[in-house]
Formats: sequence, structure tokens, C-alpha cells
Amino acid sequence: MTSFLIRRLLSTIPLLFVILLGSFVLMQKAPGGPFDSERSLPPEIEANLQAKYHLDEPVIQQFGRYLGNVVQGDLGPSLKYQARSVNEIIAQALPVSLTLGAIALFMAMALGIPAGILGALNHNGPKDFLLMGVALLGICIPNFVLGPLLIILVSFGFGWLPAGGWGTLGQVLLPAITLGAIRAAYVARLARAGMLEVVKQDYIRTARAKGLRERVVIGKHALRLAILPVLSYLGPATASILVGSVVVEKIFNIPGLGTFFVNSALNRDYTMAMGTVLLYSGLLITLNLIVDVLYAVIDPRVELS
Amino acid sequence: MLNKCLMAVIGLCLILGSGCGDTEEKPDFVFLLGAEPETFDPALCSGQPGGRVCLNLFEGLTFRHPENLTPQPGMAKSWDISEDGLVYTFHLRETTWSDGVKLTAHDFVFSWERTLRPITASKYANMLYPVAGAEEYNSGKNTDPNSLGLRAVDDLTFEVTLHSPCAYFLDLCGFYTLLPTPKHVIDEHGENWIRPEFIASNGAFTLDQWLLNRSFRFRKNPKYWNAESVALDLAEGIPAENINANFNLYMSGVFDWVDASGVPQFVIPELKKRADFHIKPYFCTYFYRFNVERPPFDDVRVRKALFLAMNRHDIVDYVTKAGQTVAHSLVPPGLPGYEEVRLPERNVEEARRLLAEAGYPEGKGFPKSELLFNTSESHKSIAEVLQQQWKEALGIEVELVNQEWKVFLATTREVDYWIARGSWIGDYLDPNTFLDMWTSTNGNNRTGFSEPEYDALIGKAARTVDVAERMRLLRQAEEWILTDQMIILPVYYYVVQNLYDERDFDGLNPNLLNTIDLKFIKPKRGHRGYPREKSLPRTEIVSEAVPISSEDGS
Amino acid sequence: MSAAPQETDLLQEQLVGGSSFWSDAWKRLKKSRQAIVGGAILIIVVVASLVGPFLTPYSQEVQDLERQLEPPSWDHPFGTDLAGRDMLTRVLMGGRLSLAVGMVATLVSLLIGVTWGSVAGFKGGNVDNAMMRVVDMLYSLPFMFFVILLVAFLGRNLLLLFLALGAVQWLTMSRIVRGQMIQLRAQEFVQAAVALGVSNRRIIFRHLIPNMLGPIIVYATLTVPAVMLEEAFLSFLGLGVQPPNSSWGLLAADGAKTITALRTAWWLILFPGLALGLTLFALNFLGDGLRDALDPKLKNQD
Repeated sequence: MTSFLIRRLLSTIPLLFVILLGSFVLMQKAPGGPFDSERSLPPEIEANLQAKYHLDEPVIQQFGRYLGNVVQGDLGPSLKYQARSVNEIIAQALPVSLTLGAIALFMAMALGIPAGILGALNHNGPKDFLLMGVALLGICIPNFVLGPLLIILVSFGFGWLPAGGWGTLGQVLLPAITLGAIRAAYVARLARAGMLEVVKQDYIRTARAKGLRERVVIGKHALRLAILPVLSYLGPATASILVGSVVVEKIFNIPGLGTFFVNSALNRDYTMAMGTVLLYSGLLITLNLIVDVLYAVIDPRVELS
Repeated sequence: MLNKCLMAVIGLCLILGSGCGDTEEKPDFVFLLGAEPETFDPALCSGQPGGRVCLNLFEGLTFRHPENLTPQPGMAKSWDISEDGLVYTFHLRETTWSDGVKLTAHDFVFSWERTLRPITASKYANMLYPVAGAEEYNSGKNTDPNSLGLRAVDDLTFEVTLHSPCAYFLDLCGFYTLLPTPKHVIDEHGENWIRPEFIASNGAFTLDQWLLNRSFRFRKNPKYWNAESVALDLAEGIPAENINANFNLYMSGVFDWVDASGVPQFVIPELKKRADFHIKPYFCTYFYRFNVERPPFDDVRVRKALFLAMNRHDIVDYVTKAGQTVAHSLVPPGLPGYEEVRLPERNVEEARRLLAEAGYPEGKGFPKSELLFNTSESHKSIAEVLQQQWKEALGIEVELVNQEWKVFLATTREVDYWIARGSWIGDYLDPNTFLDMWTSTNGNNRTGFSEPEYDALIGKAARTVDVAERMRLLRQAEEWILTDQMIILPVYYYVVQNLYDERDFDGLNPNLLNTIDLKFIKPKRGHRGYPREKSLPRTEIVSEAVPISSEDGS
Repeated sequence: MSAAPQETDLLQEQLVGGSSFWSDAWKRLKKSRQAIVGGAILIIVVVASLVGPFLTPYSQEVQDLERQLEPPSWDHPFGTDLAGRDMLTRVLMGGRLSLAVGMVATLVSLLIGVTWGSVAGFKGGNVDNAMMRVVDMLYSLPFMFFVILLVAFLGRNLLLLFLALGAVQWLTMSRIVRGQMIQLRAQEFVQAAVALGVSNRRIIFRHLIPNMLGPIIVYATLTVPAVMLEEAFLSFLGLGVQPPNSSWGLLAADGAKTITALRTAWWLILFPGLALGLTLFALNFLGDGLRDALDPKLKNQD
């Protein structure tokens, strides 16, 4: 186990390097630059800007300079938000996204897993039908529709919760539901599928044959393996939910990090985009590692290679 | 089991939420700032949201009258202009920064020199190019700051020498790039000087709070020279980009004022019945550029045919709907002393004739061409209407292509298109801001139009001191690019769209440049904070603040 | 830790019953009522999208500015949009693109994702490690720049759209498949097959994949609506269809913009949403039926 972890962590370093290099090349090649706007800048002013942010240097030198700074924990200045550094933007926006994402994720699991299992145990019964119907509804109502609908209904119709903004408990609920709904549905569908696979396996038959109570069979033996597909899905899903969603943030006017993932690309804010890539890949690699370890913990027959 | 989980969720929410109780001081006025400003350092600022922040924190030599936008005495209580229009002598007020340090002419010399310093990399440094030596200094051709036409004669006398007359210089002095910045704070804190904990300002407000994508708080500056006339104690500007979300927040009473970034096109017909929807002409035109070098649009007859075949009334009546007017020129109407250019009305007969003359009778043999726009709902709608109009009137098929903003900019900059959407907001109230962009070397031209004589005409107008003669020359330039050459297709003039309730605040009148000046806002009923009426008929309000009865609904 | 006991009689069944597995499955599928219903709805949706636009008296691009935003009526059963175009025609036309995108991108994701995931999971060790790190890398690369570049260098065409969508969707699929594979590989019947000298290919495709079809099918059916909505975002970047052509995702996105505190054009959201939802429900019915039919453990028990 320990050697597995060490090897995996070591392999992360070249991986991150390749990701950064790949992203850097992609960005350099994309048409348009950070200082393009409706009003084009006089060439001498553009030259001043390029010089200020070292964009006039050869690409290799730029990448080298960037890597050097990253190693020291400095993600550079934002090319778009000139008054802020990338570190500062992440420090202000990430806690917001983390809070919202954690609540949404928790809701998704708390609703999705029981629903999926209940559905599988009543396979093709009325409960199954109802639960999976709701789950499918959750999948086919896109968040850009669900969010506005919730606002109109809950905020304007009943006047229960604020229509947007960030800072109070009431302002967290609607965006968390919007963000979590589709994940809950995915989790429910996957948990049900996983459970259906597992309950037919021989060891469950054996357990039942031994006369174990159904609750023990399902809760103790079947559940562990049934949630493995959910676990695989959750690795990447957690990473993406924790860094925020541009759609939900826009609809509810939330100052999170998700907006920067999309906008940094649209603005050609190279440093900001690199910062988000680094953050996301770090999170993703860590979570996938955790998932792999959990696989071995949950199913002892799985060896960590 | 489900119930338990639900309980757990609510519990978790309570724990997480308890930290952020709402104990903050309530602002007197909350307005929509627009997008998160890139920066609001006046020297670096380039864009409306940042401009809104710095114009409320700082005051220039002049400031713009909130309604008619003429330059008013600000930091300069008076000024003298030399006969030849080259030397401006400003007599400053005796006043201080918000931290009590004296504000002098040296601050202005420092601020403008800093803006022009190449290392500052100011995007709008060219706003100062009318000043003698400014362009050379900014491009690094001359590194001696004393060569600039800026001089502090004494603490309260600031003298500016221009390299050629500039009719709108006093107006420019109220523009954000020319605002003064506190040398003593910048020397101490460098680029971080604009942080709320360091900043010193000289305008009606100081900066209390700045949270990313969340809030700017403006507190009344007691050191401001005219502080007694400022009514708001604490105002909040919220940066937000989603039009629907902003409109929702306005309707729920969070915003007291929003501009067009809070007005969804879809609700405009309903809003027009409401008393809190205000529109005014905007100094901004929507148009299409032609690539005048690429067939078939290298033929002026084809360009004119496309113009004459457009039914632009359909666009303003059925697509934009907010009261925009059909553009008959590039320079929007309303400039004193400037006679508007008037393009002919729609004439399909003539359009067909011109197209046939150009070799495409009834559109036959018309080569492939595309209409390019940056991705946006409203640009798409307008393009779709035009596409159909040209198809019906001329029998030509123009494909629509959308591109993401930066790609769009790169494409138009390289003039790699057939027809491309464009729009232009005037920087200052003068026709020149719409006309000098079509000179051959101007980066905003992007049409391939290049006429040395046009460049000469614009240059001549710039050097002319006589107002009437100057306007005549500029009008000649506009006739050239529109009536004669038709290098662009004007579509409509924008309108400023504001939502605010006159019963709550005074002094919010929209103006030609869509600025918002907090120092003129006077609370009546004050900040709303609770949902607005779903129906607010126009007729009820005009008379006076009578309670709204529901049977008068729309 | 309680390791579950395992019987090995299944192995016998697996090896013997191999040849008639697919025909058995087909028989069972035909008997599944929900699979039939799902399949029928799906066929109706596809046929309606292909043929429907010819039957409506409107074309998707002709605007009637006098008749903007009319709610559903006999003339326009789905109402009209912001430019006075018939929504029914637009939804039907939009279905062509959405269905094509959904199917092709999902097949691409199935093909790459299942193969990649099975190989990684089955081989294990360094091969697995390397293959999964490639997946991590692709996850992390900024997708938007990738799309912007695709459009910039290869121009706009629908093939690229499929490629761009499929290229991303297979990643999660491969992780799910690999996870299942790792867990199944450790089971006794597989180890027995290995011991008997059955070839790797045969083990993977005969014994392993049928045993994890449940999650695969479910995730594939979930992928369809995901790519349909993703496509709307790619259109924003200039990849995908150009106006006046449209898709369900784009129509729903346009419709969502009309949900405001003052008025809502519900028919602009409801109908594209219904089309999307109907397809999804049908796919899931079919998917569940398929899953049951292909379940190797249900063999010979109807």
C-alpha cells in the first residue's frame, strides 16, 4: 500500500508537467490574445503590455518562467484582472465553490445512493419505477432550466429564498439543489445498476442461503460492491463539482471559481487559465487516487498494483 | 432512510451557513456595476465597469454634468485657454485627498506622466495623446518626462500644452484615464495602492470594500470639496454579468438601479408598460463592416444594394424592441453643431438594379459570402432577420457564422471575413470619435478601406480651430465613408436602458454615455430591499407617488 | 473484513452457454415489455425528426415577425419563437442534429471507453497505471482551448462536433469500466478461466464485459442527454450548427432565457425539453431491457 501510494504520487509530477505543457501549447495556438478588444490598441501600447507581462519573450522562455514561478507557489498575475493575482483570485473564489460543491455533492449522495438501492431492491416494481422516473427527470432538466425555474417558483412565487447572491444560508440552498440534482440522478442510476449486478452474484446467494437476514446481506455484503460504479463516477464528478459551475454561478450570481474556468479561456487570460488547469488536475488526480485506494479497501480481492 | 439523509443535509447546511450571518451595514443605494472590473486604477482602467468605480472615487479637472454631460468645474475651479487653443491653464481648488494629504498640481503632473510611462502599459494612454510629447513618450521614443507638455506652475496652477488644438479637451479631462491619482500612496504601496486598506481618493466617495465578483462599497468622503451636497452615506456596486439574474435581483428589490445588462430583451415589451423603465438615446451605433477588398463586396454597387434592401425598421420594431431608432448615419444624432448625414430609405427596386448592374441580376451567380458575428442571442436574431431580408429582396444567400469573441476579434483584425458585425460607443462627445477610426493605419478600421485623402481630411479637421469649419470637414468625412463608399452598414442607434423607481431616488436620469454619478443621487423612499410590484403602470406614476391599484394592470 | 464466499458452479454455465448467449439475449429482449415500449418510442422520435419537417406547413427558417411568441394554437401546436418561427418544425428539425450527436458521440465513447477501460483494468500493473494517467491528463487539459483550436484550424463541420464530444465523454466511461474490470478480474470464475488457459480476448469479451453491462449501459444512456446539452455549449464556441439551424440543446437554452420574473414563454422550454426527456426515457427503458436481457446470470431462467 505505502509503496503504491509513493509510486502514484511520484508519477503525478511528470503528469502535471505534461498537463501544464499541453495546456500552454494549446493556449498559445488559440487565435486571439488577452489584450484584444472591440477597441484595438495602438501598436505601441500593445507592445508596452506585451513587455509588461513578458509575452514578447520566446515561448520556451515564457513556459520556463511560468514553471519556475509555479514551483515557488506563484501562479502569476491575471492578464485580465490586472489588479489581482491568480493566487488571490483562487483564494477568494475557491472557498465559495468548495462550500457550495460540498453541500451539493452531499445532497447528491444522500439522495442518490438510497434511491438507487431502493430501486434495485424493488427491481421493476412501482417504487423502482417512481424513483428512477424522478432520477431521469433530474437528468433531462438541464441546470440552466432548473435554476431559473427554482428562482421563479421558490423566490418569486413563494418568497421563501433570495433570488441570488452569496453570504447567507438561504442563498446556498437553491444553487446547491441546481448543482446537485443531476449528480443525484446519475448516482441513483449507477447505484441501482451496481446493485442489480451484485445481488445476482454467487456470494450473495450464499449469504442468503446461510440464512443471513436480508438487511445484513444488503447492507453489509451487497452495498459495498454495489457502489463501486458510483465511486468511479464520483472521482471526476467530485473534482468538477468542487471547482464550481459557471452556469449555476451565473444564474444565482455567486462569486465562485467556476466562472473563471470558462471566462479565463474566453478572455485568453493565459495565467488564470493555467492556474485553473493546475488546480483542477491536482484535485482530479488526488481524487482518482483516493478512489483507487477505496476500491482495494472495499473489495479486498482487488490488489493495488 | 431518505428522511434521515434529508435531515443530515439540512443540518450540514445550518452548520456551514451559521458562519455567514447577515450583520453587515445596509447600503443606502445598490446598483449594478456590470462585469467585474479588470482594474479601477484610473491609469490602467479600460471599460465601463471600472470607469464607473473610478469616476465615483476620483474627480478630474472637470466632471461631466450628470444629464447633458458638458464639462463642469471639478478639481479645477476655473481655466484659461490660449488664443491658439494649445495652452490650457487650470486653477485648482484648495483641497485634500481623503487621507488629508494636500492635492496639488504636482499630483496631476505625476498621474498623467505615470499613465504615459511605457512600463505602466496603460491601454487608454492614447486618450492623453493630444498633450504635446505624449505619444513619443508613451511609445518609448522619448524617455524624458520633462518633454511632456505638463507643468505645475505652482501648487494650484496646472498648465497643459497640446501639440495641436483639441476641441474636446475639456471633455476629456473628465474621462477616467485623466483622473488624478495619489502619488504618496502609489509610492508607498505600488500596484496594490487601490486596495481598500491603502487607497486615498479625491472624489465624493472612498472605497470601503472590494470583494471579487461580489461587491464594491462606496462610503461618503467627508474631505470631498462639495461633501455637503452628497446625500448617500454608503452605496454598493455589485458586479454581475447574467442579464436574467440581474433582472431577477432588480425585481426582488436587491438592485435599486440596473442598466441594459439587467434588461432581458424578452421582457422589454412588458417593461415598456412600466413606470420604472427608462430609455434615452445612447452615443453608440450598431453596424456591419464590409470587407471592401473581398469580392463581391469590393464593388460599391453591391454594398449599396445590400444597404438599400435592408428593412431596418423590422429589426428595431421586432428584434431589439427597446426603442432603438433606425440609423441613418454612423455618428449618432444629438451633437450640437453637427449636421447629421442622412442615408436614403429602403429601396428594393434600386437595390435590385444596382445588384444587376454589378453582374448579379436577381442574385444569380452571387458568390458565397458569410455574415460574421460574435456569439450572442441578439446578434444572432438580427443576423437571421437580415439573412432572410436579403434572400427575399435580392435573391442572394448569405451564410451566418458565429465565432467566440476573441476569435471574432482576431478574424476581423485580419480582415478575413465578408461582412462582420460591429458597434462603437463614442469616447467623448464629438463626431471625431466615430470618424478617425477609418483612417488607413487605425487598428479599428478593419474593413480594408484605405484612402490617403480620407486620412488627410481627418487630419485637417483635427488641426482646425474654427468650430463650424471643423464640423463641416468631419461631416464631409462621414459622407465619404457612408453615402459614397458605404464601407459599413449602419443598423440602429443604441438606447440607454435603465430600470429604477423614481419614487425611491432622485437624480438617476440616464444620459448619452450611460454613466452613473452617485454624488447626485438623493434618496426619497430609499433602498428598496423587498420585491417590486409585478405591475407598475406608467400612467399612475407620472402624476405622483399614488398607491398602485391592481385593476390598472397591463 | 468479510470476504464473501463464492461458489464456482457459474463457471461451468459461462463456458458451456457461450455460443448461444447473444441469441438467448435477443429472445429475452423481445419478451421485455419495457424494452419494446422504449424501442418503439425511440423509433417514433427518430422517424418524426426525419419525416416530420416535411409534413408541417412551415420551414424552420422563415420568420413571421408579426407572430412572435405566440403560445400553442391550432396553427402552431408548439407555439412560435422570438422570430415568429413555428416551434414544432424547429423542434423536429433540431431532433435530427441532437439525435445524431447523441448517438454518434455515445457510440464513440462506448467504443473507446469500454476498450480502454477493459484493457487497463484487465492488464493491471504498469499498463493500467499508464493508461489511466493518460485519462487523467485528458480530463485535465482545458477542453475549451481544445475546441477553439479545432474550429480555428479545421473549420466548422459536424464531424468535428462528434469528435469533440466523443473525445471527452469516453473518459468517465473508461474509468467506470476499469473499476468494474478490476473488481471482476479478482473473482474466482475469471481466475479459473485464466487457469484453464482461455485467451485474454475471450475472457474479456465473453466473460467480463457481459458481467458489467449494467453500469455500461446505464452510463451510456446517461451520456446521450449529456452530449445533447454539451452540444449547445459548443455552438457557443462556434462549433456545431449555424443559425437558423438548431438543436434541442440550443432551443432549450434559448427557451431558458425567457424564464424571468415578469413573464415566461413556457412553450419555448417545455417542448424541446419534452423531446429531450422522451428520448431519454425511451433510451432508459430500452437500456434496462437490454441489461436484463444480456445478464449472463439470468440465462435459461425466464
